[in-house]
Amino acid sequence: MDHAVGGTSHLSTKLVVNGHPQELRHDVRVTLLDALRDHLGVTSVKKGCDHGQCGACTVLVDGRRVVSCLSLTASLDGAEVVTAEGLGTPDELSDLQQAFVDRDGLQCGYCTPGQVCSAQAMLAEVAAGMPSHVTEPGALTDPDTAVELTDEEIRERMSGNLCRCGAYVNIVAAIRDTAARRAGTGAQP
Amino acid sequence: MIPPEFDYAAPGTVSEALALLAEHGDEAKVLAGGQSLLPVLRMRLNAPGIVIDISRIEEIKGITESGDAVRIGAGATYQDVLDSALVSEHLGLLHKALTEVADAQIRHRGTVCGALVHADPAGDVGAPVLALDARMVIQGPDGERTVDASDFFVDLFETAVGEDELLTAVEIPKHTGWGAHYEKFVRVSHQWAIIGIAAAVRVEGGTIAEAKVGLTNMGSTPLRATSVEQALVGKEATEDAVAEACAQVGEGTDPPSDLNGQADYRKHVAGVLTRRAVVAAAGG
Ligand SMILES: Cc1cc2nc3c(=O)[nH]c(=O)nc-3n(C[C@H](O)[C@@H](O)[C@@H](O)COP(=O)(O)OP(=O)(O)OC[C@H]3O[C@@H](n4cnc5c(N)ncnc54)[C@H](O)[C@@H]3O)c2cc1C
Ligand code: FES
Ligand code: FES
Repeated sequence: MDHAVGGTSHLSTKLVVNGHPQELRHDVRVTLLDALRDHLGVTSVKKGCDHGQCGACTVLVDGRRVVSCLSLTASLDGAEVVTAEGLGTPDELSDLQQAFVDRDGLQCGYCTPGQVCSAQAMLAEVAAGMPSHVTEPGALTDPDTAVELTDEEIRERMSGNLCRCGAYVNIVAAIRDTAARRAGTGAQP
Repeated sequence: MIPPEFDYAAPGTVSEALALLAEHGDEAKVLAGGQSLLPVLRMRLNAPGIVIDISRIEEIKGITESGDAVRIGAGATYQDVLDSALVSEHLGLLHKALTEVADAQIRHRGTVCGALVHADPAGDVGAPVLALDARMVIQGPDGERTVDASDFFVDLFETAVGEDELLTAVEIPKHTGWGAHYEKFVRVSHQWAIIGIAAAVRVEGGTIAEAKVGLTNMGSTPLRATSVEQALVGKEATEDAVAEACAQVGEGTDPPSDLNGQADYRKHVAGVLTRRAVVAAAGG
């Protein structure tokens, strides 16, 4: 990292993107979203609003879902980034991606990469026992209580991802299917 | 829109950050999670010469026990706080309120201290922090000082934190065993609060022994409903018994009027929601 103390307007930042180490030189104002799209050609990540409101730019940073439009690349030196390309490929879709296809969880597809990244992280959060706003109160005092992934839970937990085509019902179904299948096979989220 | 050019620094310690703030004065802007600052820069509402990123400072990351309180460092994100067993056990009200801040993505980067300094009157963190009698730990060129939450919020987007200072932590007294509820009034999920009511109560044998009530978006800063708190003491923890005390919550407040509601509407709804919040907090 050549941007410790001091202050500079051009930086070089190291990232691991979908398993590949990358080093980019960039203006400090470049967000992770622009770095991925414009510098690294990772175009599954979409710019819907550029203000953190739509979730189309959701990616996983060190395993946690964030909106890449509100993350400065400079702040993420050394981070591991996973996008929809990193979850599966057209020849080998992940179970979750396949469920979106099977359930028609999309129409135009613009929000889909963000939905899939968000859902991937969300299922891991549920598996870790993380309560949400709609989880029954008991779960707050006992973090080990298993969260039952009702449709209401899925909707609340996915509320950061908008879909202008309104494919919500099928998105919820795709996530529900995936959760059930993973639970049935004991697969890790 | 792309923000105007700025320089960037990522200090590794609080003292390095303070030195940069001292050097650059009002040209400098602190960056924590960036979930408010980046939109502000992009809308060009602020154009700092240098952005000082405090997200790499390890010494302010923790959530720790500090005597009778839980100390939440400036580096702790909403999600870190939600994941903390200390917070679930001793600060139920804060936990409840944080589950309703924005969405999961924002909660993974935004920090509690960043939201407190940002001081948006519709923000969900101020009311619980105020209601729980928090102490704000501020470091600046003259060392460390502690400000009570009741003296922290000055006005819209303005707090006791000076330009050359950092909010390094918030210390919140434990409220172990208290019931808590945050009632956020919104039209759609993941919206800023039209208003919000933060209520914590200690119930003894079916009667309210102590109550704390904070209000979101009922004025230019978070508010404390002290007269409601006093009126609740000794009341049975039932809807009927608390209704009268809660109905007066809007008295003396000056809420905004906007497309989501006129001031008198907000005052009325506040009474209803305070009743719901208190009853829910009491376990009803
Ligand atoms: C789409 C969206 C929806 C949102 N919805 C909600 C909501 O429903 N409820 C809600 O409460 N909030 C909401 N927020 C706002 C969010 O909670 C932010 O206010 C919060 O994340 C700010 O914390 P931060 O760490 O990101 O701060 P930053 O954005 O990094 O900083 C905010 C301000 O505080 C200053 N600052 C930050 N940390 C410190 C410090 N330690 N010492 C001194 N100064 C500091 C910065 O200079 C800046 O002025 C939403 C935001 C977005 C983008
Ligand atoms: S583009 Fe990032 S949230 Fe809309
Ligand atoms: S599929 Fe078109 S926006 Fe969601």
